[in-house]
Amino acid sequence: MKYVEEFRDAGLARGVAARIAAEADPGRSYRLMEFCGGHTHAIFRYGVQDLLPDSVRMIHGPGCPVCVLPIGRLEMAIDLARRPEVILCSYGDMLRVPASRKMTLLRARAEGADVRMVGSVDDALRLAQAHPDREVVFFAIGFETTTPPTAVALRRAEALGLANFSVLCNHVLTPAAITNILEAPAIRQMERVEIDGFLGPAHVSVVIGSQPYEFFAEEFGKPVVIAGFEPLDVMQSILMLVRQINEGRAEVENQYTRAVGRHGNAAAKALVAEVFELRRSFEWRGLGTVPYSALRLRARFARFDAEARFGLVQSDPPENRACACPQILRGAARPTDCALFGRQCTPQTPLGSCMVSDEGACAAYYRYGRRARGTEAPA
Amino acid sequence: MSGAPAPSGVVEMRHGAGGRDMTDLIAALFLSAFGGTGQEDQATLDLPPGRVALSTDGFVISPLFFPGGDIGTLAVNGTVNDIAMGGARPLALTAGFVLEEGFALADLARIARSMGQAARAAGVRIVAGDTKVVERGKGDGVFITTAGIGVVRDGACLSACNARPGDAVLVSGSMGDHGVAVMATRAGFDFETEVVSDCAALHDLAGALLDAAPGCRLMRDPTRGGLAAVLNEIAQASRVGIALHEARVPVRPGVRGACELLGLDPLYVANEGKLVAVLPAAEAEAGLAALHAHPLGREAAIVGEVRDDPDRFVEMETLLGGRRIVDWIAGEQLPRIC
Amino acid sequence: MCHAVPARVVEVLPDEHAIVEVSGTRKTVSTVLVGAVEPGDFVLVHVGFALGRVDPDEAEATLAALAEIGVVPGQAALP
Repeated sequence: MKYVEEFRDAGLARGVAARIAAEADPGRSYRLMEFCGGHTHAIFRYGVQDLLPDSVRMIHGPGCPVCVLPIGRLEMAIDLARRPEVILCSYGDMLRVPASRKMTLLRARAEGADVRMVGSVDDALRLAQAHPDREVVFFAIGFETTTPPTAVALRRAEALGLANFSVLCNHVLTPAAITNILEAPAIRQMERVEIDGFLGPAHVSVVIGSQPYEFFAEEFGKPVVIAGFEPLDVMQSILMLVRQINEGRAEVENQYTRAVGRHGNAAAKALVAEVFELRRSFEWRGLGTVPYSALRLRARFARFDAEARFGLVQSDPPENRACACPQILRGAARPTDCALFGRQCTPQTPLGSCMVSDEGACAAYYRYGRRARGTEAPA
Repeated sequence: MSGAPAPSGVVEMRHGAGGRDMTDLIAALFLSAFGGTGQEDQATLDLPPGRVALSTDGFVISPLFFPGGDIGTLAVNGTVNDIAMGGARPLALTAGFVLEEGFALADLARIARSMGQAARAAGVRIVAGDTKVVERGKGDGVFITTAGIGVVRDGACLSACNARPGDAVLVSGSMGDHGVAVMATRAGFDFETEVVSDCAALHDLAGALLDAAPGCRLMRDPTRGGLAAVLNEIAQASRVGIALHEARVPVRPGVRGACELLGLDPLYVANEGKLVAVLPAAEAEAGLAALHAHPLGREAAIVGEVRDDPDRFVEMETLLGGRRIVDWIAGEQLPRIC
Repeated sequence: MCHAVPARVVEVLPDEHAIVEVSGTRKTVSTVLVGAVEPGDFVLVHVGFALGRVDPDEAEATLAALAEIGVVPGQAALP
């Protein structure tokens, strides 16, 4: 696979690993946060941590749109799906995430709700055209990478004059979340962890460009390296961060030059700006309320806004009090520090946001990494 | 066999009522494809001496027809393979059909012919069967249940509990072909591929392997859940760990491409014409050579080894030389966008 | 978080779509976000849309840099 397999080469990986080991000062620690869940997945899936010296510690950030979606928002989708006139369209990632009382979209489907897995919002548009007697709702999730396709679909729905299509919008924004992590005050048990540098998301950056991260580098004095999606990209980016830290620099560097430019995709950004506007605040599961961190449909597209169309009200089910996701998402704790990890909370029975998706820190660690010794072997 | 015109019409409730219409349907579609007279309520067989192996499986797949096979070929080969994985020679199958009212008889005829062909290729006879019809909406076209009987070869003592530290783990060929071929035809996946299902009867391949490696501990076919599921089952049953080497697991480029686009891991994708074998280390090379010599085993590989592990993990050395656990997932792998 | 795959354009379709290919697997995607494409171009595909292009020269440059990083392991950084 072109531009994929070359960046998974074991020989090149060994070379980069040796260089990181040579240049990382064993007397200091390099705490590097990979913001993006896709990077978390790649790191675990390829065992990248095994190739890094002990002084380099990867901290897994909250860039997993499935993980940070509040249960209340998922329940809005489930409630909609249960209405007999509704066809609820969702990406595969959300189908097994549990809401209250272990209800999931798949379980709702088993109980009679019309839930359809789609690989593209275009599939939802086609369903709306094919079933004019039904209400087709698209459950939109994702960061800036996934938002432009939703915008395209809404423009198309407008052009077609579709009367039976709407979007339940949960699109969220990366820079706001990074700010939140860097600025979170010490509250009760939550500690702010010193993060020495960031691996910037690959495909969010294809859309927004490298320019938005310059703010973090300047304001907080943290280096950012925008890293491609493959394990060699991640490793080269880690080396670049180690060098910046060693040299006392705090700049935005772009490792993913084959896909990311400074200004990103202008057409995509313009389309998103035309269709969406900022919500003043949005609750992120695990992070709490984050201002100006999410999008909703503009007034022009109000008739396609499922929240308005169906008069949806968001509930606020409580989280498990022992869940350490708030600390884990900020890098203040590791999955194995959580009392529930591997016991009550597993990928089959996730209790907190970090376990609900393969990219969540806890799920990735449980599925791919070493489980803590002493947790029960499966029956 | 070919040359008879495809029947027209659809399955109706009368076809399941036990009367003449049912007898005529059975004769026209099933007996013509499987052989036999259909006059008795049971099949009586003379079995060669030895321990008897018995297996049954239900087939409810959708879509019914896919590149490389259909529900009929699966129904025959699936049960033949379950028998073969026990070190037994499959001898005879039964086939039960639950037909949905409205199902096209031409499609049913096609499925029956597939089953007949698959049975003949596998050297087994379909000797007994049953037909029922359910009302429209209560079935998915057709559900098929097959049961199979075979005789275990002398000296073979295969079990999922038999793996021991030091044993070698082999696969007979490329992983993920069947699952990708079927996914390409289902809604919500939206891709085209030239990958075809690997659906095949494995008893001959299994026999060749046992001839070369009589100390074989166990064989399993990695169907639903893929290689990952089978290895985890073995690790649990045998109370061992398994070390897997990603670079050695054969995966076709077409399967890689489809999995990459969908965000799927080929280790968890279904196969219908492959086997996993655990052999004593001393017999690994001989076993591999026997697989390579067989048309169904050209891409066979030694992919890992069994080891002591109280956690019973399946742990993989990745392409990069790092390590990761190959987890035993609860449900079906779904495509992801994140 | 955003699984996107580099894919090669094999055929341009009307209405701002194209057929792309990854290792023999083909998919129809929307190109409205990247503008005009030609067979042979590489794009990043996410949820059925081409989101951006992959620059072959930059890809080669990155691979060359990766190879160079490993050339002298354990020694001081190259100038």
